[in-house]
Amino acid sequence: MTTKMLRIETGSAVSQGPGITTLAGRKRATADARLAMYRQALRVRMVEEEIVARFSEQEMRCPTHICIGQEAPPVGVSAHLQTRDYVFSAHRSHGHYLAKGGDLKGMIAELYGRVTGCARGIGGSQHLIDLKAGFLGSAPILASTISVGVGAAWAAQRRGENRIVVIYFGDGATEEGAFHEAMNFAGVNRLPVVFVCENNLYSVHSALEIRQPRHRTVKEIGPIHGVEALAGDGNDIDTVWQMAEYAVGRARSGINPVLVEFFTYRWKEHCGPGEDLGLGYRGKAEFEEWQARCPVAGYRKVLMSEQILQNDAHASMKDEIALEIDSAFKFAKASPFPAKEEMMRFVFPETPRLGDLS
Amino acid sequence: MTYCAALRDGQAQCLAKHPEAYVIGLGVPGPTGIFGSTAGLAKQFGANRVLDMPASEGGMTGVVLGTAICGMRPILVHMRVDFAVLAMESIVNQAAKWHFMYGGQMRAPITVRMIIGRGWGQGPQHSQSLQAWFAHVPGLKVVMPTTARDAKGMLISAVEDDAPIIIFEHRWLYNVTGEVADGYAPEPLSGARVLRQGKDITLAGFSYMVLECLRAAEILSGVGIDAEVIDLRCLTPIDADMVGRSVKKTGHLIVADTAHTMFGAASEVTSIVVERNFADLKKAPLRVGLPNAPTPTTPALADHYYPTARDIATAALTILGWSGTLSPEPPSAHAWHDVPDSSFKGPY
Repeated sequence: MTTKMLRIETGSAVSQGPGITTLAGRKRATADARLAMYRQALRVRMVEEEIVARFSEQEMRCPTHICIGQEAPPVGVSAHLQTRDYVFSAHRSHGHYLAKGGDLKGMIAELYGRVTGCARGIGGSQHLIDLKAGFLGSAPILASTISVGVGAAWAAQRRGENRIVVIYFGDGATEEGAFHEAMNFAGVNRLPVVFVCENNLYSVHSALEIRQPRHRTVKEIGPIHGVEALAGDGNDIDTVWQMAEYAVGRARSGINPVLVEFFTYRWKEHCGPGEDLGLGYRGKAEFEEWQARCPVAGYRKVLMSEQILQNDAHASMKDEIALEIDSAFKFAKASPFPAKEEMMRFVFPETPRLGDLS
Repeated sequence: MTYCAALRDGQAQCLAKHPEAYVIGLGVPGPTGIFGSTAGLAKQFGANRVLDMPASEGGMTGVVLGTAICGMRPILVHMRVDFAVLAMESIVNQAAKWHFMYGGQMRAPITVRMIIGRGWGQGPQHSQSLQAWFAHVPGLKVVMPTTARDAKGMLISAVEDDAPIIIFEHRWLYNVTGEVADGYAPEPLSGARVLRQGKDITLAGFSYMVLECLRAAEILSGVGIDAEVIDLRCLTPIDADMVGRSVKKTGHLIVADTAHTMFGAASEVTSIVVERNFADLKKAPLRVGLPNAPTPTTPALADHYYPTARDIATAALTILGWSGTLSPEPPSAHAWHDVPDSSFKGPY
């Protein structure tokens, strides 16, 4: 009997591979963990707001994609990750970097093009990296880091290393061939990967409905590639945490890779610190509806109503974060620019490795 | 040892010495083993180190890069360079830049074998020589071994190197034999080699065109012209010192490449020599390469398309202002001109 015939005869078994998963009645994180997630979400928000406030200085001279409105996925996912786990991201990566433990000073200095930046000023906002934190890189070409992340997961599996890889990308990246190729390979080899799609409905200014079939969501792409999938509210930190707990657990136990689709919304313009409602590609009513579902303010309300967070504790939390941010900007602006020699230094790897993978 | 066997031996040496090395590509462990160059490796080293892959050249180049930044040393094989075009994003935007754009913290030690060729009806999409594309991208090292010794040794060096290396192998070299050192015998990824000493004109070539240069030198010696032949070996870097020294001696230069002349490696070599050795040149240099047309499939047109030793010799005579005519070409040993030798039955 040929393999081909076997496949036909066991057609139903084949279709019983990883499917769409729904989560109901799962437990919540502990109060301490929820408080920590809120703090991280607030921190990401405040960092982004400070970048927005200072952007007009014209000293951060690189394409910068602000993640305000999309804080919940990185915070809820990273709550389940260890330092040894790897994270890859794309262009809108500040939240992913910070939530994974990426160094804030290194990030701000990178935006300012200083030699103390996390990529020595050579990469900018679109190429954040922090090897010590397990944040292995980010790149702006859609889907380009998805296959690289899958490769890192394959390396981990081949070597029997106890780590998973989380790859963040937007809805636009799911239209790239590289996304499907990487998902297929992850499915074939049951790699320890969690694919996290932050579906914010727009690729730059192009709406989802003109880019993808109306009756197919991103999550449905998972199972056809052997990747289990689930989708949910990407603005609710508790929901993200629950979904991520499941997805990370499946990947860590080596059962199958998982695709998680989070519905969320970008508040600022695609690239840069400004508002962009004036462009007319998205409506005011839609925008306000999403703003009313602010992941940070919404979660604060929940935690306060459950008396996990109090007003005075919140005030001192904000003060602490503001101090940390202020010191990061001071550090960045006091740091030197790279010397001329830095330009040719890293074209080919002839110098000793400057950092090591954790 | 043939060039093909040398490639196989080079990979076997790397697999034996480096536990983090592996070979992957469509058909790599398959029954024909990339024209024989990976034949038997899977049996010798196991299916986990000599692997097939999905038909996803782009995505898999990213996957391979992902393993490389984590410390593995992949050898990725494209049976025809034309398929590697699907992987340009991963190679050009990613692999070439990961060391640079993360300020030296990442290394992408990947070796990509790309096979090029000519003749036997390969046509527009199975025959291109795209080496200049890759050489144009800072961060990639591009090499073109001509001899069996280099086929093995440069492959070993490529696997050892922490940069992404693109190796172009010419299918018409696969059956060419040469001396090859035993064991783990790396050859440098820079520097040209003089294969024939001469004083009248320098014939510098890449890959298979080096053989045509050697044949041209034979033709030229028949009319009393003493040509020096240089195997350029690498596009990045080009050995400008060696070519310059030769031109200082001969005063005349022809550069022969397997690719289109326009915007190609032959143009780059010529420019460098003109910039550095203008005063040594007695005449303007000439480039020999493909015309600016995609590859025709029919052997009738392919005969006009690919430059031969006779074209190089004719160019040399033009430069040297030689007034005579070459004796008529001896009748070919076989009816078709689109194969390296009569044993070649295609396809490839």
